[in-house]
Amino acid sequence: MPLRSGLRAFALAVLLILTTGVSHADPVRVAVAANFLSPVEAIASAFEAAGGEPVEIVSGATGQHYAQIINGAPFDVFLAADQARPARLLEKGLAIEGSVFTYAQGRLVLWAGEGHQLPDNGFAGLVDHPVTRLAIANPRLAPYGRAARDALQATGQWQALQPRVVEGLSVGRALHYLATGNVSHALVAASYTYASGRPGGAWVAVDPSWHEPIRQDAVRLVNAPNPAGARAFMTFLKSAEAQSILQGFGYRAAGEVTEP
Amino acid sequence: MSLSAVWISLQLASVTVLVLLVIGTPLAWWLANSRSRWRVPVDALVALPLVLPSTVLGFYMLILLGPAGPIGRFWVAATGETLTFSFTGLVITSVLYSLPFVVQPIRDAFAAVGRGPMEAAASLGARPIDAFFSIACPQSARGFLTAAVLGFAHTLGEFGAVLMVGGSIPGETRVVAIAIYEHVEMLEYGAAHTLSAGLLLFSFVVLVAVYTVNRARHPVLLR
Repeated sequence: MPLRSGLRAFALAVLLILTTGVSHADPVRVAVAANFLSPVEAIASAFEAAGGEPVEIVSGATGQHYAQIINGAPFDVFLAADQARPARLLEKGLAIEGSVFTYAQGRLVLWAGEGHQLPDNGFAGLVDHPVTRLAIANPRLAPYGRAARDALQATGQWQALQPRVVEGLSVGRALHYLATGNVSHALVAASYTYASGRPGGAWVAVDPSWHEPIRQDAVRLVNAPNPAGARAFMTFLKSAEAQSILQGFGYRAAGEVTEP
Repeated sequence: MSLSAVWISLQLASVTVLVLLVIGTPLAWWLANSRSRWRVPVDALVALPLVLPSTVLGFYMLILLGPAGPIGRFWVAATGETLTFSFTGLVITSVLYSLPFVVQPIRDAFAAVGRGPMEAAASLGARPIDAFFSIACPQSARGFLTAAVLGFAHTLGEFGAVLMVGGSIPGETRVVAIAIYEHVEMLEYGAAHTLSAGLLLFSFVVLVAVYTVNRARHPVLLR
């Protein structure tokens, strides 16, 4: 009976895959905004080294994570790219009251691609500068996109530059447009200047007072399979050790004030 | 905003199908009749978009069509415009993306016609080009219909590649699939439902139409 034995082997294989996927210690499952993947990996290693439970990281778009959580995704902790989605989860009773805190603040940089120059007087001089195209993240979806648009508006450059603005789905996509030479300049997260695979060119910081702070909120979830692990991870995330790790990736620590 | 996305999608799908019928028909004929050793690799190339994730296509198109890319550089020199983030760039991407959906039904229809009728026409004095237009094409009408309908529907459903190459510019490159994605991300589930249900219904009607046409003896696709 080759068919039946084949089926049995298949069932056995499926069973093996299913059971090996479940590790012995209960992991802490963290859904994280894609922009924060590298720092959270470093923070998770430090957490594990300090005796914490193993951390399982699920990186993705914050909107997608939100949709997955309201449909029962088994995450313990949600590290969003903004404040809106954790607040919505609180309203829906899916996040734990009092667990919300700002774990990081993003910073914006103006990046000039290889073969292109930065304006002499920095970001505010963009409008009088040869810009073929300017990539930003989608301002309707991505906090960095909204900050980029706000900063352009605050400096009175939005009207003139808008026809040359190209929107990437995410801030990573905006930088990808620059890396492939499709745009001359991009407004992206400062954390990319710390990335090992970053594209060439030059960058300059954008004054954070030109846009609303890019606050990224973390929250513990009501349906967490591992609530104790979630609490331990969140406590570690607030620690000086974790905060200094994320500063090393170009983020401002949770407590740092934006306005001078 | 959503209406303009629907309109762009319809325009993109129409132009893409027209371009594909023009370049896909000779290609399909060659694939159906050639004995060249290149036939199998070309067949495989045509089928590639069926199996590759659209991000792969979008990734390479962004490099090829970019102002520094081999095609994009030529285009910038000729027109002064960049191909990426333009409707033209979307058409080029969609033509590649929907290629198998148009070429394969026509190829199979041509193959079903066979050599017999063409040789009979030739023996009656018809030039090959006459025989092609008066024998092969009419006999393959169903294949052409299937090709056009599937190519149109598949282009409407395109997401990853157009998003990468187009950059979601309202009124220029933001197609309906991208509009749906943005509505979902902005938690505007009502608008997302309206557009999604519309696309779903349209795709279903299209597939029912294709199956109805193909129900007869010589199913051309999706057998």
